[in-house]
Amino acid sequence: MPDTQRLPAPWGSRIDRARQLDFRFDGRSFSGHPGDTVASALVAQGRWVLSRSFKYHRPRGPMTFAGTDANTLVQIGPEPNVRADLRALEPGMEVSAQNTSHSAERDLNSLLGLFGRFMPVGFYYRSFFGPGKNSWLKLWEPIIRKSAGLGQIDPGQPPASYARRNLACDVLVVGAGPAGMAAATSAAAAGAEVVLVEADPETGGALTYGRNGQQALAQARAALEASGVRVLTGATCNGWYADNFLPVLQGSTLWRLRAAQVILATGTQDQPLVFRNNDLPGIVTASGVQRLMRHHAVRPGRRAVVVAGTPHGVDAAEDLAEAGVAIAAVLIPPEASLPAELRARLTGRGLRVLTEAHVTEARGKRHLSGLVAESPEGRETFECDLAVIDAGATPGYQLALHAGAKLGFDDARQSFTLSNLPEGLRLAGSVAGHHTPASVVRSGEIAGAEAARALGHEAPALSSLPDPEAAWHRTYPVPAASKAGRDFVDFDEDLQVKDIANAVADGYRELELVKRYSTVGMGPSQGRHSALATARIVARETGRQVGDIGITTARPPFGPEKLGLLAGPLREPYRLTAMHDWHRKAGAAMVAAGNWWRPLHYAGKAADPQAAIADEVRLVREGAGMLDVSTLGKLAVRGPDAGAFLDRIYTMAHAAQPVGRVRYCLMLNDMGSVIDDGVAWRMAGDDFYVTATTGAVDRVFTEMSLLNTQWRMQVDIQNVTSAFAAINLTGPKARAVLERLGGDIAVGAADFGFLEGRSGSIGGHPVRIMRIGFSGEVSYELHTPRSHGLALWQALLEAGAAVGLRPYGLEASRILRLEKGHIIIGQDTDALTTPEELDMGWALSKKKPYFLGKPALDKRREIGLTRRLCRFVLPVEAGRAVGESSLVLRQGQPVGFVTSVARSPTLGQVIGLAYAHPEDAVAGGTIRLRDRKGVERAAKVVAHAFYDPDNKRQEV
Amino acid sequence: MPFALLRYGLRRAHRPFDDIPPTPPLRQSYDVAIIGGGGHGLAAAYYLSHHHGIRSVAVLEKGYLAGGNTARNTTTIRSNYLTQASIRFYREAVSLFGTMSQDLGFNVMFSQRGQLTLAHSEATMRSFHLRAEMGKHAGTGVEVVDARTVRELCPHLNMDEGGQHEVLGGLWHKDGGTARHDAVAWGYAKRAAEKGVEIHQRTTVTAIRSQGDRVTEIVTDRGTIRAGQVLQAAGGLNGQIAELAGFPLPIRCFPLQAMVTQPLKPFLHTLVSSANLHTYLVQSSRGEIVIGGGSDPYQLASTRSTFDQKEALAQGALHLFPFLHNVRLLRQWAGITDMTPDYSPIMGASPLANYWLDAGWGTWGFKATPVAGKYMAETIATGRVPDIIAPFALDRFDRFALLNEMGATAASH
Repeated sequence: MPDTQRLPAPWGSRIDRARQLDFRFDGRSFSGHPGDTVASALVAQGRWVLSRSFKYHRPRGPMTFAGTDANTLVQIGPEPNVRADLRALEPGMEVSAQNTSHSAERDLNSLLGLFGRFMPVGFYYRSFFGPGKNSWLKLWEPIIRKSAGLGQIDPGQPPASYARRNLACDVLVVGAGPAGMAAATSAAAAGAEVVLVEADPETGGALTYGRNGQQALAQARAALEASGVRVLTGATCNGWYADNFLPVLQGSTLWRLRAAQVILATGTQDQPLVFRNNDLPGIVTASGVQRLMRHHAVRPGRRAVVVAGTPHGVDAAEDLAEAGVAIAAVLIPPEASLPAELRARLTGRGLRVLTEAHVTEARGKRHLSGLVAESPEGRETFECDLAVIDAGATPGYQLALHAGAKLGFDDARQSFTLSNLPEGLRLAGSVAGHHTPASVVRSGEIAGAEAARALGHEAPALSSLPDPEAAWHRTYPVPAASKAGRDFVDFDEDLQVKDIANAVADGYRELELVKRYSTVGMGPSQGRHSALATARIVARETGRQVGDIGITTARPPFGPEKLGLLAGPLREPYRLTAMHDWHRKAGAAMVAAGNWWRPLHYAGKAADPQAAIADEVRLVREGAGMLDVSTLGKLAVRGPDAGAFLDRIYTMAHAAQPVGRVRYCLMLNDMGSVIDDGVAWRMAGDDFYVTATTGAVDRVFTEMSLLNTQWRMQVDIQNVTSAFAAINLTGPKARAVLERLGGDIAVGAADFGFLEGRSGSIGGHPVRIMRIGFSGEVSYELHTPRSHGLALWQALLEAGAAVGLRPYGLEASRILRLEKGHIIIGQDTDALTTPEELDMGWALSKKKPYFLGKPALDKRREIGLTRRLCRFVLPVEAGRAVGESSLVLRQGQPVGFVTSVARSPTLGQVIGLAYAHPEDAVAGGTIRLRDRKGVERAAKVVAHAFYDPDNKRQEV
Repeated sequence: MPFALLRYGLRRAHRPFDDIPPTPPLRQSYDVAIIGGGGHGLAAAYYLSHHHGIRSVAVLEKGYLAGGNTARNTTTIRSNYLTQASIRFYREAVSLFGTMSQDLGFNVMFSQRGQLTLAHSEATMRSFHLRAEMGKHAGTGVEVVDARTVRELCPHLNMDEGGQHEVLGGLWHKDGGTARHDAVAWGYAKRAAEKGVEIHQRTTVTAIRSQGDRVTEIVTDRGTIRAGQVLQAAGGLNGQIAELAGFPLPIRCFPLQAMVTQPLKPFLHTLVSSANLHTYLVQSSRGEIVIGGGSDPYQLASTRSTFDQKEALAQGALHLFPFLHNVRLLRQWAGITDMTPDYSPIMGASPLANYWLDAGWGTWGFKATPVAGKYMAETIATGRVPDIIAPFALDRFDRFALLNEMGATAASH
């Protein structure tokens, strides 16, 4: 077990040594301190192997201690894929390794590593599809599925609660390192409202773990605190979307953030060095080892080798030396451009510094035991249990690229660069290539001031400072593939140098194809450590420049994000009518209709709901019933052009519609297909009250609003659906009920005719009444302000008690309308239904030059009908198994289908509507139906409504 | 361990498989030029070269091979459509996928794990019954199942009993499945190239010149070529390419988005989709959960992702499987779909005599890759449109002989 232990204070700024937290990993007990991450606590106790690699099951340990590598993914309780180097330690945590057989320490699957040479890049395309036709599905895929995948899903796990909050600000600064803090402070000083977002649990960035950062950190924090900036820590800005919309994840809260100006101070991403066995636990980035020591007081090893490719490596070496870690050697790569003064700092401490040295191999089984390097002094093996790799860094470019910035490559500095930033987006600090501390801070101040000025604030114009240290930073080349392999480019996917080179050789020369073929960059760390190395290999193999290769398209999210956070609190929106509770108490079975709930029937717990529904039908045919129709769409269309507007929207004539009259409305789309219907009551010359179907009203309202904007007519449209409750009172005794209730509206046949509307008061309730209905009986549709809905409902019931008035539900309503032969849009129509197919030519105005869908309809009329909706009847026995969607066949071929069918209690037959061939769909014709049992049935076509064809009952 | 890998592993050095040859210089003339190096164009090239002996073929691809909708779709393969014409066509597609790995000697990982579409309303149940009746009539494996069977097919599904989205039943399509989309394109490319088909990546068509009713020249940014016959199979860019050829297509472009989670151990066997919730899920061979839904509501030719669509898909996914809330999303992307008014493709003749169309593939193009390639190749080789694709002719929009697949397409792709 590697020799790690805790360092004394002042190391360990984040931990509380006084307290101890116990937890378990892979079944064994461990402990740590508050302020530890799961990974720091484990490493502090010598436990480095946290996971096994995807393909070869190699032991893997934390590499960056910044949550950017996949090596730290563990399962914690029911939660898979938790980054152990970010997750704060909690007492009692049950942590386990993923994708292992037994444990991370002893994974029985690690034998797979021996077979690596039999698994070339893309190997699964070459094999696994034999011997039989189904071999992939039956034999190979199940094996691969079982061995792929990281975390386990526990279907029994309890729900969690997630919050979603909206936040708007003048300036959003992403990253609270020195540049981000300076940017936020300077924008706020100029008067802007600023939000600063930081993924770490505290502000400061590199100042919290770098050498000599303490004083600068204290000053920056004091200034920030005084500036009034709103700071969100432990918060990850996870993407940039159009118009500066940026989601920020903080714990179980999703902030939906909209900013006028955005400043990205996202820092850099340390890059690994490619050499054989570069994935061994104990090989850590320079910033990673500094985080481990300064934040968590973990002395990460006994004897270390440091590769110093930039000044950060020199810093890390000094830190390690001060923490009492023996330094076997500091290796400075041949390409490095470190000044002599930095090297002198190391030699001044008596450390052995090897220049022009490069690492060729690491040794060790489950942990690093030695590092092999070549230098002008020769080839040497250093015994060590820690290797600190500082091989430069790439800018944190993701958010900028989401926003449309361009990624380039600076050959001199061997570094990616960002350009073409969109308006309202700025960079500050090392992401923009600044490295000298004063220059970094100044770049933040400039960005903050510029953002503030863009918003109209006054802010000082500062000039940037010289940046001598920038020249000391660079990244490092990828050596040729190691003959013995295991020189990893992508740790997530176990891809080695030769895999990328072979992908190119196989014909996948474009970077996107290399990615798709080899899966490089597709793992949990999404190419953070592999993108540059891959670009270098592809450039080398195809003879192009790294800048021409670049990286694959960067898309949100920046880091993995929980589905729960994205979904939010998951509250189902629902809508209830004013009478909802009454229905429930009356024993109604409720059914969802979009977001609404409607009473299906009032059978209560009756044994036979069908009989109860038949009773409800009889109630309407013989007495009086009432139906809650509050869910109907209701639109107020008002203004001097209201009539002309409706003339364009609907097929009938509305400009000429007399005041007080109600007219049927039929709406078509631009293909001439029927999409909605309702009625329009002209309440005054410039005031129409229009209904639309429950399901379509939102669409209709949107479409009307859009067309009104295009047509620029003098019309105002409002969706007043929820403002009114509505009740359809129907049946031969309906009029008697209204008369008994009393009011200022004369409801007699002579005063209030069919298809007329009246407004006034009934039983003390303000109402709009239309004489329309769906049932075929005398009907009054009463609309009243929602607040009166329940009272009017109850008043009607009371007044109707004497004639046996009762409510009925949707099921009875459907039968009633079918008996009368009325269609339901959406049920009896499909995407291609024309009014002529429905025999509704009467609803098409012949005089109007235009209405929605008319040009298409005129054209379709030339083609002639290919089908027609007809009414059919069958004896009860023969129709028992005929269902909605049963096919209509002609010479064995489907020519249509049944859209509605029911057993009519009134007529004692099975009645229905069906599309059929136009020659068959005529009165006296016969159509052939195939019922649900596959039996063909001949049904008779009738021309007229099944019930009261002459409308003697509804129009009296 | 399969024999091929054993043989590979025992060799000393990597012998390149050479799947996709490097882009050669453009010649002056070809028998056939194919505009669009996606799955459809490559499949057509494969059938032309293997089945019709036409090897002088240039595939012109603006970007990288199969980088458009072939690379962006969510790989659903199914034939549970509504019209007899569609069912017949897609049923052959499913059967061609069944032998594709063997035919191409390239594992396309066709995985027929079945597709379960959920009904949360009576209206949806009605539409399922119709699709089942039409499907059975045409002989495809599709049936309406009740809620209990849904639970058996998909044990962890939230049935939402008594709720707004209660699962009333489903449409079970046992023939449905997925395949590895890239592999389909690569397999066709590899085998077509072996017969001499030239694949020109990074070659943008900038103009199409014609005389009378014949296309004479295709101008690209790498040179101008002549071709006896031209096939347009340009995915999201079909509208623009047709304009270059001088005629409009009844196509509107909408973005279609999808996303994928981190890999997980298998828990979801079938494809599950819900039109009411505008969401579908499938777990890939790698263990990732792929989540998709309906197109964006507004016309746009952009592949940029939006956040609100991601929120909506997450809500749909968690409604169906609430215990996935701890699962993390890794990637999000979008494609440009070329939608037709009747949610069906356009195949066959164009207003130009030697210019053929394979367009309007909207959200349903991937599954048709082999069958569209097969019959477009036959069309080009014989100059005659085969019966199976005749119903998809461009002039059906003038005749209003539309194929109503809107309902069978929503959020199932």
